[in-house]
Amino acid sequence: MSYSSQALREQARKALHLQSHRTVTVLSSLLAVQDELGYVPTEAIEEVASFTDSTINDVWGVASFYTNFRFAAPGLHNLEVCWGPTCHLLGAPRILQEAQHSLGLSGEGETEDKRFTLRYNTCLGACSQGPVINIDHRLIGQVTVERIRRILTELNGSPRS
Amino acid sequence: MATYAELKAKADERWQTLAHGDRAWVRVGTAICGKAAGASLVVESLKAELSRRGVQAHLSEVGCLGLCYAEPIVDILKPGKPRVFFKNVTPDQVPELVESYLIHDNPKNDSVLGYLGEGSLDGVSPLDQLSTMKKQIRIALRNAGHIDPLDIYQYIANGGYAGLNKALFELKPQQVAEEVTKSGLRGRGGAAFPTGTKWSFLARTPGTTKYMLCNCEEGDPGAYNDKGILESDPHTLIEGMIIGGYATESNYGYIFIRHGHEGPIERTEKALEQAYEAGLLGQNILGSGFSFDIEVSLTGDSYVSGEETALMESIEGKRAMPRYRPPFPAQSGLWGKPSNINNVKTLAYVPEIITRGGDWFAGIGVGRSKGTVILCLSGNITYPGMYEIPMGMTLRQVLEDVGGGVPNGKKLKLLQTGGPLGGVLSGDKIDIALDFEQMAQAGAILGSGGIIVADEDTCAVDMARVLVAFCQFESCGKCFPCRLGMTHLLEVLERISNCQTRPGDMELMQGIGRSMTLGSLCGHGQLGFNPVQSAFRYFAEDFEAHMKKGRCLTGQCTGLHITPTRTRP
Ligand SMILES: Cc1cc2nc3c(=O)[nH]c(=O)nc-3n(C[C@H](O)[C@H](O)[C@H](O)COP(=O)(O)O)c2cc1C
Ligand code: SF4
Ligand code: FES
Repeated sequence: MSYSSQALREQARKALHLQSHRTVTVLSSLLAVQDELGYVPTEAIEEVASFTDSTINDVWGVASFYTNFRFAAPGLHNLEVCWGPTCHLLGAPRILQEAQHSLGLSGEGETEDKRFTLRYNTCLGACSQGPVINIDHRLIGQVTVERIRRILTELNGSPRS
Repeated sequence: MATYAELKAKADERWQTLAHGDRAWVRVGTAICGKAAGASLVVESLKAELSRRGVQAHLSEVGCLGLCYAEPIVDILKPGKPRVFFKNVTPDQVPELVESYLIHDNPKNDSVLGYLGEGSLDGVSPLDQLSTMKKQIRIALRNAGHIDPLDIYQYIANGGYAGLNKALFELKPQQVAEEVTKSGLRGRGGAAFPTGTKWSFLARTPGTTKYMLCNCEEGDPGAYNDKGILESDPHTLIEGMIIGGYATESNYGYIFIRHGHEGPIERTEKALEQAYEAGLLGQNILGSGFSFDIEVSLTGDSYVSGEETALMESIEGKRAMPRYRPPFPAQSGLWGKPSNINNVKTLAYVPEIITRGGDWFAGIGVGRSKGTVILCLSGNITYPGMYEIPMGMTLRQVLEDVGGGVPNGKKLKLLQTGGPLGGVLSGDKIDIALDFEQMAQAGAILGSGGIIVADEDTCAVDMARVLVAFCQFESCGKCFPCRLGMTHLLEVLERISNCQTRPGDMELMQGIGRSMTLGSLCGHGQLGFNPVQSAFRYFAEDFEAHMKKGRCLTGQCTGLHITPTRTRP
């Protein structure tokens, strides 16, 4: 999906106005935009600046600090692999290697066909089930190399549910 | 406006219908670890099967019993029967479970973890007699896995908000703080500062706007107990926070959670809504004249935003960089107003402390470490889980008696406790007690309660490298000893790990470590050398094998490194 610059602006503005928390800040606004669009395009940075009465510089400062913000449109499926110490002990390096291999990536980012985004995570919070991955907001524990290969193959054939 | 007695009466009536009614009550644990084990699919499957078979039952999603090794857990309470807990239930086992136990009365004992209540099952022990449960004293986790976190009346029926009611109507703010001081409660967020004392700082600061902040950033890999409490029993935190607000005479609270953890966030938001509806939050709580508001504040991914002053920057919407101190938060905190910060676990103890009295809490634990500690065991351990253990038990008892020891006949090599900054502890140093001081003496910290267990196949160099990679990635970049020091340390550790050591590398790291310890603004940099120092102290031979013999003793340093190096701009 790609939106025109104007459509992006409108969507960002909508997300900014719909924020449900009482305290509205640059950070809360950026999170709202990313939740809505999946990333923070330049247009949204400008919208956040005018919405929160801040400078574009300030907004970039915040957006570049928190590592969850992304500035390019994400792939159709979002795969996060945990590399926290527990998952590392329990085999995360091999899971990650398999994910990169299956997706043809050498690090974080989008596949060429934009079907997948690969991200690392420092701890997905389910350490007792390590190694853990998160795919399209679904946590999966005790992942094996075979299992991640199967999951990625299945997803490659199906659109996001 | 309802009084507490009216709320309690309504809650008791509803509880009676659920727990002693004529329908079965089916509960599934769907906290983070349950979900990772597939609990959401089990719930779907149960819904479908119950309606397909026309079984009349209440179905609730509950939090986490802490027995992660047995997830997904389905527990069923049938009228006149004990409550039976089924372990490791998969979605395709659901039809059979419904058929055999809900429709007929055959629990198939080999799939049963335990039971609670009157009655008995052949060859099955009561849940509270399991080795993983027997040694626990569950205070902050008293309701976890038992009640539906989205139903405030289940919390109230189990004694919830009695502490708040007592505080508001029987105690003066100062008496509440004194009770907490008497309990000996110390902060569970890392620094172990006495909570009552901290509250009295804020209480003494004059001001009309003061803030009570709750820290659920929980960025420590290996710890998930804060999120576990929010998902399992958010009201115990909310009640603790309101009591804290009353004691410190502040009127506004923020619960600070990392975005993206949908379960804890949704359940907390919902619980807040219900507390407002019940008159337990907002203006004139329970008619006492005291008013208190709470909202959730979400942060982005940043470990350092869990540091108390960085947390305030983050709530203000800025980059989460620690502030210089003084001024301390009790004088000038969030938006320059007096503020108090506590960890989730710290506040979750408060309702029971007020209900049962400080002396009761102080009667549990040892020395200056009172009460319990909520541990998350993960890694090479037979029974990974979240356990609430009385202070004073030894690490060995926790690992062997509760955790079931290291699996596959392997030997214990090291423990990583209290988050990455806590460094590692040697596996032969585990006869120390769970006690803030004893742990510190051994060079480890209890910190957030995460304990990562590593067996003999683990290389200490590799472990140190992973921990430093985390610290490097998460340095906020405000001060250079930490920002550059971490990057430099990681570079050297990568070399050692790859057996490409240069002469003087060890001394180089020591020097960097000294600068970081002396010159860093916050705990992240001050403690950031711990992983290397502790790994070297206990496992010098692992380092020497890489540096002098050019090989890794365990073969774990394979070069398959995940090292997201990045320095915050
Ligand atoms: C780098 C860094 C990260 C921290 N992260 C957390 C955290 O995630 N949660 C937490 O409760 N405390 C964290 N702390 C400790 C807090 O600064 C603070 O001491 C604590 O929240 C106080 O609560 P307590 O008195 O209840 O322990 C962190 C400290 C540092 C230096
Ligand atoms: S010590 Fe590290 S994390 Fe703390 S303020 Fe300095 S750069 Fe930031
Ligand atoms: S370390 Fe991987 S989920 Fe916590």
